[in-house]
Amino acid sequence: MIRLPWLLHDSRRWWAFTLAILLLGAGWTWLSRVPASVATVGQIPSPREGFPAPDFTLDTLGGESATLSAYRGKVVIVNLWASWCGPCRAEMPAIQKVYTANRERGLEVLAVNSTFQDSQADAQEFAQNSGLTFPILLDRDGAVSKRYLLRALPSTFFIDRKGVIRSVVFGGPMTEALVQTKIEALLQETP
Amino acid sequence: MFPVLQIGPLALPVPGLALLIGVWIGLWLAEIEAARLGIGPETVYNLAFIGIVAGLIGARLAYVARYLNVYASDPLSVFSLNPATLAPAEGVWIGVVAAVIYGARRQLPLRLTLDALVPAVAVMGVAVALAHVASGDAFGAAARLPWSVYLWDEYRHPSQIYELIAALGVLGIGWRARARGPFVGFNFLLVVALSAAARVFLEAFRGDSLVMIGGWRAAQVWGLVVLATGLGAMRYWGREAVS
Repeated sequence: MIRLPWLLHDSRRWWAFTLAILLLGAGWTWLSRVPASVATVGQIPSPREGFPAPDFTLDTLGGESATLSAYRGKVVIVNLWASWCGPCRAEMPAIQKVYTANRERGLEVLAVNSTFQDSQADAQEFAQNSGLTFPILLDRDGAVSKRYLLRALPSTFFIDRKGVIRSVVFGGPMTEALVQTKIEALLQETP
Repeated sequence: MFPVLQIGPLALPVPGLALLIGVWIGLWLAEIEAARLGIGPETVYNLAFIGIVAGLIGARLAYVARYLNVYASDPLSVFSLNPATLAPAEGVWIGVVAAVIYGARRQLPLRLTLDALVPAVAVMGVAVALAHVASGDAFGAAARLPWSVYLWDEYRHPSQIYELIAALGVLGIGWRARARGPFVGFNFLLVVALSAAARVFLEAFRGDSLVMIGGWRAAQVWGLVVLATGLGAMRYWGREAVS
């Protein structure tokens, strides 16, 4: 014959126990409600989903400078890459295709070259040979790579029109479909 | 936090690796537990395996369905190995449905099978916590405590460590209770109820909670619903077993 533990054995005792546990849980849940003013997500710039993208200004291959926050209102892909990195080279044509197809819809690509561990000449040669038309930014001292906690090349950050990182892809190569699906919903959002 | 293991040109996502190892250990434990409970270990292994494979395929297909026009012009991308193109929630549902269909077709006893899966479920809880430790996801609320960790530009509750300790606790209790359950299905309900209770308690220390109207944290509300269901089922199944 099955013998139930003392708590389960008596119906009233069990329901009293259940009620006490649930009331305790409900009380704790009520106590730990989140005031809007202390919500973490959306306030501190950090290189992860749900956070505002850390801002930066870098020189471009064309000799100008580009600032991420200047692109507020557009959907921005920040791609950290190096010319010696195979997956980075392999995914660039896909990024270029998506950029060409969606630029008019408000897409911008900032390809941040890890110049501190690459060479500007190699980056320029690769960009020219690949026919890349989006800005190639030069991270000469590694400050942006450090700010974005770079741990793998390539790393790609998809940023919405409000400057919030909505998704991150570590490694590659990304396919054209992957890049397009990551930006599609963001492009449909109103500026 | 250690999200990526770079081995030469290969970037291995550590959270994914932790989940993969969790699945592997979970399947192994499910086989052992099934044998101990007297149900076909291979059948239980197949049940879990089918659930996982169906879940992964379902997660990809659900993602593709969401962006059908994109994949129509690049159909080979459906077979991409990149986990960034998965729909996790849909994948879980599809995996569960596939496992239930398989179990029904093989006429597996539901409650005994659930008991056999307890160690696997508990190990997956540990694997998820380790994945969060590695990725820095499921991070804590800002707090200045002696044991706070500096993460995402702020001192925070080490919520991933809390989660890991709770998951190890649930695994330990579930493991010890597996031979002592008073009725079939008890161990499964015990692990479910303990996991839900842990979620209700620990969610309060999270800094990334999905917040509902009135500031209520969605995970806590769902946790309470699961806890109530688990405790209710415990009483109901217990009474059935006695009668």
